[in-house]
Amino acid sequence: MRLPVNKTYKLYIGGDFPRSESGRSYEAEGANVALASRKDVRDAVRAAREAFPKWAGLTAYNRGQVLYRVAEIMEGRRAQFAELTGDEAEVDLAIDSWVWYAGWADKLAQVLGSSNPVAGPYFNFTVPEPTGVVGVVVPEEPPLAGLVAHLAPVIVGGNAAVVIASERRPLAAVTLAEVLATSDVPGGVVNLLTGRKAELAPVLASHMDVNAIDLSGADGARSELERLAADNVKRVVSNGDGQSPWHVAAFLELKTVWHPIGV
Amino acid sequence: MTELERKQDRSPVPSAFEYAPAPESREIVKLQERYGLFVGGEWIEPRSGEFHPTISPATEEPLAEVAYAGAEDVALAVDSAREAFENDWSELAASERAKYLFRIARILQERSREFAVLESLDGGKPIRESRDVDLPLSAAHFFYYAGWADKLEYAFPNRKPRPVGVAGQIIPWNFPLLMLSWKIAPALAAGNTVVLKPAETTPLTALLFCDVVRQAELPPGVVNIVTGDGRAGSELVKHPGVDKIAFTGSTEVGKEIQRTVAGTGKRLTLELGGKAANIIFDDAPLDQAVEGIINGIYFNQGHVCCAGSRLLVQESIHEQVIAKLKRRMGTLRVGDPLDKNTDVGAINSKEQLERIKELVAAGEEEGAEIFQPPCRLPEKGWWFAPTVFTNVAQSYRIAQEEIFGPVLSVLTFRTPDEAVEKANNTPYGLSAGVWTEKGSRILSMAQRLRAGVIWANTYNRFDPASPFGGYKESGFGREGGRHGLEPYMRFE
Amino acid sequence: MAQAPALPSGFELPLEPRLPRIGSVDQVAVEERAASLSRRSIKRESKLFALDLAVRMMDLTTLEGADTRGKVAALCSKAMRPDPADLTVPPVAAVCVYPNLVPVALERLGDSGVKVAAVATAFPSGQSPLEIKVEEAASVVEMGADEVDMVIDRGAFLSGNYAKVYDEVRRVKEVCGDAHLKVILETGELGTYDNVRRASLLAIAAGADFIKTSTGKIQPASTLPVTLVMLEAIRDVHEETGRKVGMKSAGGIRHAKQAVQYLVVVHETLGPEWLTPDLFRFGASSLLNDVLLQIRKEKTGRYQSPDYFTLD
Repeated sequence: MRLPVNKTYKLYIGGDFPRSESGRSYEAEGANVALASRKDVRDAVRAAREAFPKWAGLTAYNRGQVLYRVAEIMEGRRAQFAELTGDEAEVDLAIDSWVWYAGWADKLAQVLGSSNPVAGPYFNFTVPEPTGVVGVVVPEEPPLAGLVAHLAPVIVGGNAAVVIASERRPLAAVTLAEVLATSDVPGGVVNLLTGRKAELAPVLASHMDVNAIDLSGADGARSELERLAADNVKRVVSNGDGQSPWHVAAFLELKTVWHPIGV
Repeated sequence: MTELERKQDRSPVPSAFEYAPAPESREIVKLQERYGLFVGGEWIEPRSGEFHPTISPATEEPLAEVAYAGAEDVALAVDSAREAFENDWSELAASERAKYLFRIARILQERSREFAVLESLDGGKPIRESRDVDLPLSAAHFFYYAGWADKLEYAFPNRKPRPVGVAGQIIPWNFPLLMLSWKIAPALAAGNTVVLKPAETTPLTALLFCDVVRQAELPPGVVNIVTGDGRAGSELVKHPGVDKIAFTGSTEVGKEIQRTVAGTGKRLTLELGGKAANIIFDDAPLDQAVEGIINGIYFNQGHVCCAGSRLLVQESIHEQVIAKLKRRMGTLRVGDPLDKNTDVGAINSKEQLERIKELVAAGEEEGAEIFQPPCRLPEKGWWFAPTVFTNVAQSYRIAQEEIFGPVLSVLTFRTPDEAVEKANNTPYGLSAGVWTEKGSRILSMAQRLRAGVIWANTYNRFDPASPFGGYKESGFGREGGRHGLEPYMRFE
Repeated sequence: MAQAPALPSGFELPLEPRLPRIGSVDQVAVEERAASLSRRSIKRESKLFALDLAVRMMDLTTLEGADTRGKVAALCSKAMRPDPADLTVPPVAAVCVYPNLVPVALERLGDSGVKVAAVATAFPSGQSPLEIKVEEAASVVEMGADEVDMVIDRGAFLSGNYAKVYDEVRRVKEVCGDAHLKVILETGELGTYDNVRRASLLAIAAGADFIKTSTGKIQPASTLPVTLVMLEAIRDVHEETGRKVGMKSAGGIRHAKQAVQYLVVVHETLGPEWLTPDLFRFGASSLLNDVLLQIRKEKTGRYQSPDYFTLD
């Protein structure tokens, strides 16, 4: 008989896998999982802010390839994810979701942007741009597909994310972080925290350096979180539009540029 | 010397080539002594019983008494909008809805002089601007969105666009009729009905707009106008019958509204404050850049959320630009808003004047160098001379806070990176300006500046087809263009 | 949006202190500025002053192949006494003619104070050898012309041969003596406002007393924005060096209202100092009668008919 080697489930911040700075953990799905603290949120936001300009500055084609690479690596660990989630269909859904969004990267500007015929000698166009650092409170179920459904649309547009994973079922999320770390997603673009949503979400919602927040998994505390989000006029997404470019658009700004047309 | 030569020499060059006072006649505007609320297509007495005068900022003369709506009044207006939404308006063919909006656009064009005079009278802005900017753009806005009303499926393919319902709209005092148009036109085009609250100090053009609504034969209740102060706005935001709130105004109030709306599921768009950087590189077309600086900050007395209030000049041309700017400031005519030659009108209210004075005093105290061209300000009314501060540090209040007046703060930079860093170093992100002849630099700057509107080699241009709105604490949502419809739609 | 090229390397501007930066001009913004200035309305008293000034600033012009002694003589009479019915109307600044007609103009104008301006340097194209151009300029000066209106070699300018343009102006200036040199840029052929600014500074550097928009033979001739661009170049030179250069807008100005708009642009750009025939001129022929008509309208309060003003 061989004793299995158990994995230590840690946080994913700035491309590293630290334990919670608090040293705390909690038991979930039969494992000890890091119990993140406010300071871990702070570190995660800092890492995201740092990673944001470079990620946003990549070409859309490049970002699309990075997302596709995530799907490739996940595919190779399909069995592991199936075991963690207990649902092969969910894993397939998650992988296919990465593929779907990967293809959007270099089409968003064409679908969401515009050239505007103003009444004057001006060239005028509108392009979508990432809003910055986005907080994502992931729905409890399904733990993997739910995470991907709310993470992929955030980062495909060039944002950096701070994700609070499913509280009861965090293992797939941490495993996904390992996938991200070994695919080509630059460190800090996705930061993943495990722990108590009630403790972490308010810190994220009130953080002055977070530009937008997806509260889909925030359950009962939503009103209070929305109120906190107003402190720096965060863009708040409460449910999302399902798998669609409109969900991506919720985390994009629109920039309009004018220039005279003359000789 | 011959007779003729002497004669040629005789006529003196006048010390000033004077411009005529060229006042627009006020006669065209017929004001009532007192205005009620416009609810359900009728004028009603406010249940609150409250009236206050609205005052001309150029003369401090009371123009008319205007109702201050209370909670009950706002509720009546919302009910009337709801009823109109459920009955007439939502059953109307979209193509007919379009025609109502086209009608409004045309009536605004026909009555533009009357509106322009009233706008300048009530708000203090120069008639040149209300005539050449506010009115044409207001009419254009209705014309633009009229065309969308029966084409929404093409604006949002595969999304089954539907109106949200009743929109509560709160607008500021800097562009009263234009902001009304920015709000009402897309809302109606999308099939909503509205309750609009004009700003406390500038209600008159919105009240005159009710007459346009009458002339256009819009079904009763589709447009409701409730005047009043912040209490009426707050009631509107809180009212459970409102499906969507659109607000333009200060960031402070915007945050309060966002808090109030939290958890209600109401849709919200905010167009808030700004502290825009206007960046001048050393290869810019200087004389036009100076015009852009002037237009950026002294347009509408600087009562512009996207005003280019922070001038960032490359150090190598700092002296030259400041010299040109000061010379040009000397030719600005400050005075009677109704005079067609006036460039800078009256400050909108006493409160606003106090705020400007406070911040200017802070600027002087912090050590910035102030310049104001010599100009004689009228004795009555609220006025502030065009002002520029040089030697400003990024940390000064005048470089950080929105002054919302004719006050420019000048900072310098050495490299493009430094310009971007300074420009973005603010919680706001509404607009920015870039002046350079180098195409690739324009595109690079446009990309790196974190703001919703970038004016390159121009400033303060607006168009109904051009989306407008901010990043960060300057708000969210866009007004104008196809994008401006989205906040007024829901998708099945 | 390309960066405006500087003058060619090795080409040093000899003017000291240095000229302002060549810089560039944004077409849309400059046209908007000119349009907004054209909407200024001036006082009634200022209007009469402006119209009177417009007459005093006028270079009454005839530049036709068909010009004769008779035609020029008639023009000179008009120049000296524009409105025989109103002797308070001043004479114009100058009469502008082809070289062959300089003696006629001098004879007719006598000591009236109205100056004689002659176009020279292979007007209007400037496409002749330099020596011929210089000789032509020298000969009109010798004949007694007070002012010389030369054209720049646009072919040379547009092919980037700025030095040739500069040298020609310089050479002509040398033979002008006391005569004032107006340098015609022919802005309608220069293609961009950037070029207008560049040519303005080039002409000024080479010694122009006036810079002038057009020959009148090419459309568009003078426009408000083109004049604004040239005035801004003059202003920059003045601010940088203290030197005062004059401006002449020629061609396409037919109505008194336009003339007043030009004066507003001059006033706003360079101030009242430039509101003198010594520093600003209109080159025109049909403008005069419309100005006279407006002067009489201002004085009588009645709208006038062209039947009451002579065609010369």
